[in-house]
Order: sequence, then structure tokens, then C-alpha cells
Amino acid sequence: MRRAVWLSILVLTLIACSIGGFSFAAQGKLKVGFVYVGPVGDAGWTYAHDQGRKYIETKFPNVETVYLESVPEGAESARAIEHLIAMGCKVIFTTSYGFMDSTIEVAKKYPDVVFMHCSGYKRAKNVGTYFGRMYEARFLSGIVAGMMTKSNKIGYVAAHPIPEVIRGINAFTLGVRKVNPKATVHVVWSNTWYDPATEKEAALSLIEAGCDVIAQHQDSPAPQQAAQEKGVYSIGYNSDMSAFAPKAHLTAPVWNWGIIYEYVIKSVLDGTWQSEDIWWGMNKGVVGLAPFGPMVSEEVKKEVEKYKELIVSGKFHPFGGPIVDQEGKIRVPEGKVATDKELLEMSYFVDGVVGKIPKK
Amino acid sequence: MLEAIFMAAIRAGTPLLYATLGEIFAERSGVLNLGLEGLMLAGALMGFVVSHITSSAWLGVLGALLIGGVLSLVYAFLTITMRVNQVVAGLALTMLGAGLSGYYGQAFIGKTASQFSPIYIPFFSDIPFIGKVLFSHDPLVYLSYVLVPLSWFYIFKTRWGMNLRAVGEDPKTADTVGISVFKIRYLYVILGGMLTAVGGAYLSLAYTSMWIENMTAGRGWIAVALVIFSAWNPLRALLASYFFGGVASLQLRIQAMGVAISSHLLMMLPYALTIVVLSLISSEAMRKRIGAPTALMKPYSREERE
Repeated sequence: MRRAVWLSILVLTLIACSIGGFSFAAQGKLKVGFVYVGPVGDAGWTYAHDQGRKYIETKFPNVETVYLESVPEGAESARAIEHLIAMGCKVIFTTSYGFMDSTIEVAKKYPDVVFMHCSGYKRAKNVGTYFGRMYEARFLSGIVAGMMTKSNKIGYVAAHPIPEVIRGINAFTLGVRKVNPKATVHVVWSNTWYDPATEKEAALSLIEAGCDVIAQHQDSPAPQQAAQEKGVYSIGYNSDMSAFAPKAHLTAPVWNWGIIYEYVIKSVLDGTWQSEDIWWGMNKGVVGLAPFGPMVSEEVKKEVEKYKELIVSGKFHPFGGPIVDQEGKIRVPEGKVATDKELLEMSYFVDGVVGKIPKK
Repeated sequence: MLEAIFMAAIRAGTPLLYATLGEIFAERSGVLNLGLEGLMLAGALMGFVVSHITSSAWLGVLGALLIGGVLSLVYAFLTITMRVNQVVAGLALTMLGAGLSGYYGQAFIGKTASQFSPIYIPFFSDIPFIGKVLFSHDPLVYLSYVLVPLSWFYIFKTRWGMNLRAVGEDPKTADTVGISVFKIRYLYVILGGMLTAVGGAYLSLAYTSMWIENMTAGRGWIAVALVIFSAWNPLRALLASYFFGGVASLQLRIQAMGVAISSHLLMMLPYALTIVVLSLISSEAMRKRIGAPTALMKPYSREERE
């Protein structure tokens, strides 16, 4: 009996200790909810979304925002979404691919609530989707890497072999080869989104193989630290990662989600919102480059600026033909550009990439 | 190239080695602790936080030792005094460590802390090949070089080690000759937890210098398997840890060299081996043969007769 009492006291204490607080803001006129897959301080994906949330708070005094962080993907996320609705949210952003099915499912129950799902493809009358053309910024970061490399070997720490990652590697490589046709991009798959030790080891293995610029796709800044320690350059991702590697960090392709969030909120406030698929690029400012490190020369900056203007004005497309794959096969013929469908389903490496895409 | 692979094997194997060493002590006393993952995460966070505040990586290690000790004290209380099922309590400890570190660690993501860097050892570091492979590391690696033979000597060659093994083999007999089973089990579960937490701190203070939620990425579970791999022997634990670290780093280097081989296949190897070993030892006869502590997972009580 005494043992049981002791035990229950202990268990209760442990439960009390481990219950995390949900963060939310005060009541307001239009309440907007965000569901995040990671912690807001991850310096990566979720951090970038949260910057967007803060941006709309400053833009619209009539809007209050609420967020739930570190929400697991899959069925459990439905409860998080319903929790936000119970708190009075009329607009909900679900910011990870894995929230797709639960977003659709919950949306059926609440036809008056506007849902926006990031990076997915399922839509409904009250569910829109949004994403950014990150490949444009990747292309520009490739120009920086291509001009800064001395060994003509550039390393890329790749996450998982899905089209989004492959598209990023290809766009980066096309940028590299635009300014430096002799350079090659060497890919090592870490098969992780978030394992700092493995990602650092992957970067080290590329540096040992002679790469003197390291790019990455994961959310952890570990590859940046590896570059800094070994005295080579690096290119971050998601947000400005220069704080982790001030001597190595050249720039980073970054997200500015606030621009999409502002557009959606504005159309909801105006009553003009309807379900659509937003896939915006640099012309709208949704993607861009982080500030350059001091080691980046004026010449490089000028070259980047030149291509940035061409892309923004629509005169140049990173995936404009001829695009040749590793085997020499023409994937996009001269005079054509890759269609959105081709971009979204990309499953080949372009010429200039050294490495293989693991077969399923 | 070969130098680099061996160096990486030691680097990647060291966090596993600390956790494996810790668990060997706990299991030798007859207590299975499946909470290694949680202990490592708690150690990684605590080590980072203390180092961040005090700018001393060594104080960070002290912090990791402390949190590892406290959490395993709770675990020891549950499993030794309360005689809760060790598997269930271990899983709970893993979840507790992951949850607590995730929650309290949020404020420390993106912060910097004082970290361990490689230290040059006169003479030893100058030996060709061996000097580079073994003696171009940080102090925590050197410390593990000392701890491994010391632990082996302690467990197999000293009186205290004999008492420890006696409690893990046959607590009843040990008790009758005047060894305190409870004291010994508490002692080594706590010691084991402390070492395991240092393994976690190695990730946030030496391997990388950052704290990120769930940064152990399953290493605690690998360590549980490594204990069996090493047949509860610290010397073999060293080999097993370096082997695992080596395979993980080797596959990255094979990719970096541009060799066309599926990274998934190589990545799978250590895990496949783990499954094989775990299935092998699931039979009682096999466990006896490789030297598993006979009283492992069996709570002890003076009153109960078998």
C-alpha cells in the first residue's frame, strides 16, 4: 500500500514536470493559427515560418496570432489543428508536408475556417496550398559557390532523396556551372533532416575529399560548423546561419514566408480569399539570399545581382534548356523551360553532380 | 584517407562508448536500463547549458554527470526499491529525458557554448598514423581511453568488481555473504547513468557545439545493443563502439569519393547487425553462453523465496 502511494506521487510529479506549455497570444479580432513541425528556435524551417508569423503581427494590428510548435506529423496533428480552432482561429497555416491529410480532414468539419497547407498538393474549397520557388535562390547560391571555390570541388550535404532536395541540388549545380563549368558538386546523403553529428560527419567527409565549399539541405547548422573548423567556405539554408560559422558562411538561400502570409491574411480580411495553389519565387520575395559574408567579393555580388534581376524579370529560368542529366540525356530541350510538374517530380541529377540518388 | 576513416570511427564511436560503458555497469549489477536515449539527451542539454552559462566545457561535463545521476536515482528508486518492470520504467525514462530536454532546451537552440577542441599530446601525437588516429582528439576521447581499461580492471580484477558481478549473477548468495544488493545496484545504476549522460554531452560539447532537440538521434538505443555485442566487457565495448562509428562514417566517405553504392544499404548495416544480435540473445541458452548477468531484469527482495 505504501509503495503504491509513493509510486503515484512520483508518477504525478513526473507528469507535472513533463507537461510542456503551449504558447499562445491574447484574444484579438482575426485570430490566425500556425502549426509547426519543429521548435520555433530550430534556426531552420520552423524558425523561418515563425519569422513570417511575427511579420504579419506587425503588418496587421487587427490580427492576433497563435502557434503550436513541435507538433508531430500524421494523425496526431489533427488534434493540434482542432485545438487552434477551439481557441477561435479563423485562419490556419499548417507548415509541414506531413500535416497534409489531417489538414484536409479537419477542414471538412469546419467549412468557415480558412486552411493553408505548406508544400502539399491536396486542396479543397477551404484549403489552399503554398510553397516557394527555393530553386531560384539555390541557383544564386550556386553562383557564389562556383566563383569562390578554388579546388573546383563543391560539397553538398543532402537530406533525403525526395524531389524537393534533388531540385535544390540541381539548381545549385546549374548555378555553379554557369560561372564555373569546370567545377563539380559532390553529394553525400545523410538520410536525416536533423542529426547534427551525422550531418557534421558528412560535411567532414566532403572536406576530406577536397571540397572547399559546403552546401546543405538539413535544418541543423552542423555542416556550417564543420566548414568553419576546417577553414573552408559554406552555404547555409532556411535562414541566415552566419552566427554558427561567421568565418565560413558565404550566404544562404532563405525563406521569407511573411510575404505569402501577408497576402493570404489580406485577402481573408477583404473577403476575397479563395482556395488556390501559391508557388511564388524571388519576384515576390518569398525566397532570397541571406546577407553575404565579408569574404564575398564585389565581383561575385555583381554576378549574383545580374542573375537575380534576370530571374525576377522572367528573362531567365534556372531550369531553362538545354538541361542535360548525368548520363548525357537531354531532359529539357533548348528553348524550353522545365514545367512545374517536371520540377515537382524531379528524380534525376543534372550533369556536374557527382553522386547517386538512392533507389527506393 | 584511412587515417581519416579511423579518426572518424573514434569520433563517432565515443558517445556510444560512454553510454555502453555506463550500461555495462548497470547491467552487471542486474539492472537493465533502457532509458539511455533519455539520459543522453538530458546530458547533452545539461552539459550544453552549463557550458553556455559558465563558459567551461568541463563544468558542462560536471552538469551532465549530475543530471545523469539524478535521473538514474529516480530510475533506481523505481526499479530497485519499487521493483517496477525495468522495461517499462526504461521506456518511461527515455520519454521523460526526451520531453524534458526538448521543453527546457528550447531557449538554448542557436546559442553557443564553450566546447572541447582537439589537444596535441607531445610525443604520442607525433607517431606516424597512430598519432593521428588515436591522439588528435578532444579530452573526452582521451578520458575514455583511460576509463575503458580501468573499468575492465575494476570489474574483473578487483574485489569491488567481484561484488558487483556477484550481485548481478546471484543476488541471494551475495546477500548471504554480506554484500548489500540494494546499495550495489543503486550505486552502479547511478554511475551508469552518469557515464551515459557524458556520452550525450559529448555530442553537444565536442562532436558538434550546439544543442538541438533530439540530437542523439537514436544513439542510446544503439548503445543498448552494443552492451550485448560486447558481452558486458568494457574492452569489447570499445571495439564495438568504434566499429559502429566506423561503419556510419565509412558510408559517408564512400559517398564522398563518388563510389556508386546505395547509401541506404550501408547505413542499414549496423542496424541489421543489431537486430541479428538481439534476436540471437533472446534465447536463454545463448545469453548464458555469452555471459549475460543471470539476475538481469530480476528485481531482488529479501523476503521473497523462489
